[in-house]
Amino acid sequence: MFNTALTLSDLGFLAQGALMTLAVTAVSVAAGTVLGVIFGVVRNQVGPYWSAPLTFLLDVFRSVPLLIQLVLGNAFQSIAKLGWPPFTTSCVVLSLYTAAYCTEIVRGGIASVPPTTRRSARSLGMTWWQDMRYIVAPLATRVSLPSWIGLTLGVMKDSALVLWLGLIELLRASQVLVTRLQEPLLILMICGAIYFLISFPIARLGGYLEKRWSND
Amino acid sequence: MIEIQNVRKSFGSLEVLKGIDLTVEKGEVVTVIGGSGSGKSTLLTCINGLEPIDAGRIMVDGTEVHAKTTDLNKLRRKIGIVFQQWNAFPHLSVLENVMLAPRKVLGLSKEKAEEIAVKQLTHVGLGEKLSVYPTRMSGGQQQRMAIARALAMSPEYMLFDEVTSALDPQLVGEVLDTLRMLASEGMTMICVTHEMKFAREVSDRVAFFHKGVMAEIAPPEALFGAPKDPELQKFLAATH
Repeated sequence: MFNTALTLSDLGFLAQGALMTLAVTAVSVAAGTVLGVIFGVVRNQVGPYWSAPLTFLLDVFRSVPLLIQLVLGNAFQSIAKLGWPPFTTSCVVLSLYTAAYCTEIVRGGIASVPPTTRRSARSLGMTWWQDMRYIVAPLATRVSLPSWIGLTLGVMKDSALVLWLGLIELLRASQVLVTRLQEPLLILMICGAIYFLISFPIARLGGYLEKRWSND
Repeated sequence: MIEIQNVRKSFGSLEVLKGIDLTVEKGEVVTVIGGSGSGKSTLLTCINGLEPIDAGRIMVDGTEVHAKTTDLNKLRRKIGIVFQQWNAFPHLSVLENVMLAPRKVLGLSKEKAEEIAVKQLTHVGLGEKLSVYPTRMSGGQQQRMAIARALAMSPEYMLFDEVTSALDPQLVGEVLDTLRMLASEGMTMICVTHEMKFAREVSDRVAFFHKGVMAEIAPPEALFGAPKDPELQKFLAATH
C-alpha cells in the first residue's frame, strides 16, 4: 500500500473537496442555528397550541431521511424554476434540516432556565428582551452547547450526501480517486483523517467553552 | 403608599384571594402570617404585577398596577421583591448579579453601578464576596445577595416572600438581621413570614391570612396578645 499512484495534485483535489464540505457545513450550520434560535424562542413563547404547525413542519425535517430531502428539494427548485445551483439547494435543505434539530436544542436550553430566575429578573424591572439577552441567553447557551457541537459535527458528516446533487465535496472527491486509482483503503483512510482534522477543533472548541463557562 | 382594594384572584377554580383590602403607608412594616395556601405569597406577586388579578385594584403611589397603560417595568423599579428561592443569576459573580439591573434597567454607568452594588453588598455583609460566584455561597449568603440586588435599584418598597423558609435553621438569623436593619432604616416593607418572633419584633402591623381572606390585622401586641379571630387563635396555638 506504500507504492501508491496518489499524486500531490490528487491530494489537492481532496483538499478542494474538504473545502466544499467546510463551506456547505459552515453556511448550513450558521443559517440553521439562526433559524433554530428564532424557532426555539417562538415555540417557547407562543406555547404548544399556536406553534403546532411549526412543530409539525420541523418534525418532518427531522424524520425524513436527508437524502430524500435533498433529492426532493432539488426537484422542487427545478419545478419552481428557481434556477438554484446545487450549492444553494444543498445549503437551503441542510439549513432547514439543521434548524429542525437546533430548534429542539434551543427550546430545551430555554426551558432549563428556572422560571423563578426569570421572574426575579423581571421583578428587577428588566424587560422581556433584557431577561432573554442577559439571563436566558447565557444560561441556555451553556446548557445547549454540547448538543449544538454534536449537531454541527453530525451536519458536517451528513453533508457528504450533497454529492447526490453533483457537488464534489470530500467524500465525492475520494470516490473519484478510488475509481481512478483503485486504492480504496489508502484513499478512504486519508478521507477519514481529513474529516477528523475538521471535526477535532470543533469538538475542542466546545470543550474549551464549557470549561471557560463553568465558574462553579 | 400601597393601596390594595378588594383584590380577588383565582388559579383555575381555586380562589386564593377573596377580596383583600390593605393599605400600607410609607415607612410602615407590615408582616403577613398564615398557613400554607392562605394566599399571602400570591398577594405579593400581584403587588408588583407579576400576577394578574381578577377583580379589585392595587395602587402604588397612585399608579394602578394592573391598568393596561401602566409601564410595569418602570413601576417595578420602585418595588423590590425577594423570593423564598433566592434565584441568583448563576452565570454572574455576586458583584455582577447586583450591578446588572442598575446598569441595564436604570442605564447607569459601569462605575456608578459598581459603586452602588459594592455599597449594598457591604450593607448586607457581603463586601468580601464580590468576585465569588453565587453557587459557591451558602443559602443565607445568596439570600442576602438577592436582597442587595433588589436594594441596588433604590426601591421605595420591599416585598419579602418567605425569604427564610428555604434556609437551614442556622442561616435564618443572618437574613432576619438584614431585614431588621432595613426596617430600622425606615424602609416600607411587606414581609410574608413564618417567623413569629420576627413578626412580633419588627412589624407596625401584622396581618393574618386564612383561606384567601385577611381575617385579622392589628399591631403585633394586640394580634399576638389578644387574638380575636378563632382561626388566628388556633394558628397561634399551633405555631407557639
